Amino acid sequence: MAASIFAAVPRAPPVAVFKLTADFREDGDARKVNLGVGAYRTDEGQPWVLPVVKKVEQMIANDNSLNHEYLPILGLPEFRANASRIALGDDSPAIKENRIGSVQSLGGTGALRIGAEFLRRWYNGNNNTATPVYISAPSWENHNSVFVDAGFKDIRTYHYWDAAKRGLDLQGLLDDMEKAPEFSIFILHACAHNPTGTDPTPDQWKQIAAVMKRRFLFPFFDSAYQGFASGSLDKDAWAVRYFVSEGFELFCAQSFSKNFGLYNERVGNLTVVGKDADNVQRVLSQMEKIVRTTWSNPPSQGARIVATTLSSPQLFAEWYDNVKTMADRVLLMRSELRSRLESLGTPGTWNHITEQIGMFSFTGLNPKQVEYMIKEKHIYLMASGRINMCGLTTKNLDYVAKSIHEAVTKIQ
Amino acid sequence: SSWWSHVEMGPPDPILGVTEAFKRDTNSKKMNLGVGAYRDDNGKPYVLSCVRKAEAMIASKKMDKEYLPIAGLADFTRASAELALGENSEAFKSGRYVTVQGISGTGSLRIGANFLQRFFKSSRDVYLPKPSWGNHTPIFRDAGLQLQAYRYYDPKTCSLDFSGAMDDISKIPEKSIILLHACAHNPTGVDPRQEQWKELAAVVKKQNLLVYFDMAYQGFASGDINRDAWAVRYFIEQGINIVLSQSYAKNMGLYGERAGAFTVICSDTEEAKRVESQLKILIRPMYSNPPLNGARIASIILNTPDLRKEWLMEVKGMADRIISMRTQLVSNLKKEGSSHNWQHITDQIGMFCFTGLKPEQVERLIKEFSIYMTKDGRISVAGVTSGNVGYLAHAIHQVTK
Repeated sequence: MAASIFAAVPRAPPVAVFKLTADFREDGDARKVNLGVGAYRTDEGQPWVLPVVKKVEQMIANDNSLNHEYLPILGLPEFRANASRIALGDDSPAIKENRIGSVQSLGGTGALRIGAEFLRRWYNGNNNTATPVYISAPSWENHNSVFVDAGFKDIRTYHYWDAAKRGLDLQGLLDDMEKAPEFSIFILHACAHNPTGTDPTPDQWKQIAAVMKRRFLFPFFDSAYQGFASGSLDKDAWAVRYFVSEGFELFCAQSFSKNFGLYNERVGNLTVVGKDADNVQRVLSQMEKIVRTTWSNPPSQGARIVATTLSSPQLFAEWYDNVKTMADRVLLMRSELRSRLESLGTPGTWNHITEQIGMFSFTGLNPKQVEYMIKEKHIYLMASGRINMCGLTTKNLDYVAKSIHEAVTKIQ
Repeated sequence: SSWWSHVEMGPPDPILGVTEAFKRDTNSKKMNLGVGAYRDDNGKPYVLSCVRKAEAMIASKKMDKEYLPIAGLADFTRASAELALGENSEAFKSGRYVTVQGISGTGSLRIGANFLQRFFKSSRDVYLPKPSWGNHTPIFRDAGLQLQAYRYYDPKTCSLDFSGAMDDISKIPEKSIILLHACAHNPTGVDPRQEQWKELAAVVKKQNLLVYFDMAYQGFASGDINRDAWAVRYFIEQGINIVLSQSYAKNMGLYGERAGAFTVICSDTEEAKRVESQLKILIRPMYSNPPLNGARIASIILNTPDLRKEWLMEVKGMADRIISMRTQLVSNLKKEGSSHNWQHITDQIGMFCFTGLKPEQVERLIKEFSIYMTKDGRISVAGVTSGNVGYLAHAIHQVTK
């Protein structure tokens, strides 16, 4: 038989965060802790299906009038409208002026990809693959791949994390924006920056917006943690809404994976804010064509759950409560971990653990220390030193704190 | 001014346009024959009983909502491969394949197209049958490949232009990609007979072409899942390592749940692992990992003996109703006194029928009778019921006599 056409296909490296979980699963040590992948866990270390989601799923299951027909290409209308309303606010001027659009997408990733594909085809000229795309250093590692696979040739980083002071490098960020070619695209984390957990303050966002406006830079927000970060939907959407109020046209990729706990149903939304309805209509018509060749139309189950919840005042209130439960537990784990490290006298400063926000914390552990944590202590975290606070429980806090103490004191 | 001032309005989707116009029509006799979704004899969407049972099982189990692996639900992908290849298939039993979950047929086709663009360096050309599903062209184009065509449908006979197809295919440059519809060709409903498939396999092998099968109607075409997968299995048995896209939209009525799969038949399990790793690299920046609901329903049905049996009966029921509507349409046309040869309506198979009607005749059907179909004369037989088949025959006769 002739040699295979795929004989030369190289083995690709596994996606790091999933490999971490795979290794964790295989580990037989009873003390093991998984601080890797970004999914919420209860204090028992279990996944948590939100009570309101269970309720709504039962409603859907009992409703014999529902079927499995195709959704429209752009998705379930009630989902799209409600999802964008959540991001932009009930009183958003953009919504009132009918200059917003929404594309139901396969999770936050799908929303990013549709937005990226659209920008490559229609932004800054036609099919301009040379438009620079700026991604924060560091960022979610998949951001880079999304824009590369969408066809962009010039992907750059902008200063973000200051490792020395363990905080935002605002000056570096603003400098990068000043130097960026006009019309460059900037990927901004709406809140709960992944992986650093470090967000600009409102004043800092104002400075960022001012530079972006002056230099004609395009804001593409990634909003994966609205509600989950602070417990308040409005607070977590402040940056996006500020940019809208400043007259920007922008994209916002929303994920409902974390704040609804609907990880595997792939519920996301790309919100488009434009100058007027006519522009938005044309943009959506072209996004429809992109969707049609990527997945044709989106999955219905997750969108139904979210739409049903958001459009009922009572269910919305229950959801808000569930979200606050998750956010509060994370905040508790942050303060508990910090206080333990400080009591142990672990070298360094640990206030960043409570100052950071959202699911993740950039501990400051270096790769060698991370390796120690994994190999010797069976505590799994990303090589960057990123930990998922959700992996902490009242039962493992002591062990994790002691292990971090050991890693920092034994390994340099 | 706006960033988007220069963005043109995208053309409306031709098939959606049909449904939009249908919705606006107030004629009580109106018929929507554009829709590519099954309808029961009352013209209503049909949720399979086995699907409802699977859903009840899922609801009672109270499972979590954790991310699926990038390649999807393992029980689903394995069952999907077995359904397509057959449990006795050497390729299946040896494990020399990789199947990843895809977003129904479209998503699976697109993953495959992107994979070929990245790793199949011998050619950029994908050969589609003339005509093919309208979305094939933009899918492959957006993946960065080029489109070519081979003769397939003969409008004079409303059937397969076999000699034309063989002639064209025998001239396709070596190592190009050829797309074949496994069964129930969309939009024509014209499938090769088994002897013809054998000849196609021989010429494809001789030309050393990479075969991409699109199987969106397994079970839905003839009512028999093994019969509908015959071509796919025959090609593999002939040593042709195909790639394959499957959809569960029609045969399980899971349209909006987006259950599908993409398979690559490989030389061995080691190659399959390498290919799988690269498919994951492609999927991750598209949507990270696939939606669970549809795949879980399909998996439970395929892997639960009682439900699988029930499914096979239900899919046969759907196929039988379609076949019966074809028969009734032809007999009604004869009753109307039509002198044309309508044999192709019963010769063709699957959801769609290429009636042979010309654009002007289609226009009259829409305007004078409120019968909606696409301009190419394609009707979705699924939209025909025992209650409206007489009206349809009458109308067709009026515009063709």
